[in-house]
Amino acid sequence: MRLGFFLREALRALRRNAVPSFAAMATVLVTVLILGVFIPVVQATTGAANEVRGRVIADVYLKSGATDEDVQRVQTLLTTRTPHVERVVYLSKEEAYAQERKRNPEAYDLLGANPLPDTFRVTPDDPDNISRIRAALAPVAPGGGRTVVDPAIDDVRNREEDTKKILSVTRVVKLTMALLAVLLVVASVLLIANTIRLSLYARRREVEVMKLVGATDWFIRWPFVIEGVLVGALGGVVAILLLGVVKIAVIDPLADEFALIAAPETMNFPLLIAVLICASVGVSALGSGLSLRRFLRV
Amino acid sequence: MAVTERHVRSHREPPPRGPAAIEFLHVSKRYDSGDVGLADVSFAIHRGEFVFIVGASGSGKSTTMRLLIKETEPTGGSIRVAGRDLAEITRRKVPFYRRNLGVVFQDYKLLPSRNVYDNVAYALQVTGGTRREIRDKVPDILRLTGLSTKLHNFPDQLSGGEAQRVSVARAFVNHPPVLLADEPTGNLDPETSIGIMQLLYRINRTGSTVVVATHDVDMVNRMRRRVIELSAGRLVRDEQVGGYAA
Repeated sequence: MRLGFFLREALRALRRNAVPSFAAMATVLVTVLILGVFIPVVQATTGAANEVRGRVIADVYLKSGATDEDVQRVQTLLTTRTPHVERVVYLSKEEAYAQERKRNPEAYDLLGANPLPDTFRVTPDDPDNISRIRAALAPVAPGGGRTVVDPAIDDVRNREEDTKKILSVTRVVKLTMALLAVLLVVASVLLIANTIRLSLYARRREVEVMKLVGATDWFIRWPFVIEGVLVGALGGVVAILLLGVVKIAVIDPLADEFALIAAPETMNFPLLIAVLICASVGVSALGSGLSLRRFLRV
Repeated sequence: MAVTERHVRSHREPPPRGPAAIEFLHVSKRYDSGDVGLADVSFAIHRGEFVFIVGASGSGKSTTMRLLIKETEPTGGSIRVAGRDLAEITRRKVPFYRRNLGVVFQDYKLLPSRNVYDNVAYALQVTGGTRREIRDKVPDILRLTGLSTKLHNFPDQLSGGEAQRVSVARAFVNHPPVLLADEPTGNLDPETSIGIMQLLYRINRTGSTVVVATHDVDMVNRMRRRVIELSAGRLVRDEQVGGYAA
């Protein structure tokens, strides 16, 4: 009985207040859309960045004339006397050649000889320690260049540069989207607040009468809160429908081709929907509450 | 209707004395602007009485009404309604206090988007009345006020007198012990006013205390009821049976 009464009152207000309600709904829609894109993108990029970091290894290249003895000595050096090393894999010239050739046979056929050196792939215990390993094996010389600790080592390289690039890109993406999301959330709250304020104004006579006949504060407030939440939820639902269409039509076919989109760390769609609905309802309840606090001193 | 009729018969003559329904004790009201609404006003209205509060504009009639519905607080003295000091009613309890009052205004305060039936039902919905209660009470009160044929009319399709009847019906649908009317006939012609007054009188005879603030000279002279006269916020006359002017 009561809930029905509140709902009817809220719907009646929505009908009479159609234009501002629509504006507020549209803002919530855009906000939820942005959030709906933002959350998976951030998760996917974070996941991708972590994966790259996890794959961080240092390559220790030996000089081309390295003997078996040299190889043995460097291996011992790496496994016993270098800090932060988790795993060392030896890749001989021939193995490296076979691997690379498999990937790109024409180029290597053209090359004829094997230009690849003997290589140790060193995995650090933590991706952040990669530069320490590098420093230990090839300390920076006073002149600025790098020396090596063993004469058989030609060069020590890591893929730090790649990692840095990916991390900085994801950071920019995250920051931009977070900023946009915050701005839109604020705009949504304010627009909902404005809608409710107009609704309050349009129904001030009704509120006056309600007070006179002895309605409690919350009895007066509920229809307005429901009105705001309905506006928000409606925007949210439409946005989710749009997201669903885009996901099915565009993202899912692409996911097979791009690892980034199919990143396993992305939350599943039903959970995302739940989060977005909560966000839209939360935003609209906040907006309604704001107006009711300020303009309905009952 | 049946209930109301029985009620009317058993209370043909309201008890002349009893515990005060409304009691003003040295009540003052000074507005923030410095205007004086009431200055040291004391009177007691007993259960079942029919009282006119008269006076020129600005004499304090409306202030009295606003104090009674606890829309504003007195700056001095105390007001008791049914033995209860209004100052002790917390803000949170005000709605429950107001359910013991019926209030009628000069401008009817009907909801334009609802028909007659819904306007009256509204008072019950707001106080948590059940659907059944609404079905039982609303037609009854509308018959009592002579609006049975106007159930589905909207306020803009009613004459002034009819609108005021709806307003009285809404005020009385809960059978409150006290009915307050602030200039109920202010917008009505003399003929229609008599109808409204008769309606208020009938409500009074069911046992409700009725307080009417008015400057309708004819009406007060015709009814020969208790008259409390205010002037510039002071009580200048309180006659058991009086006319508009002394």
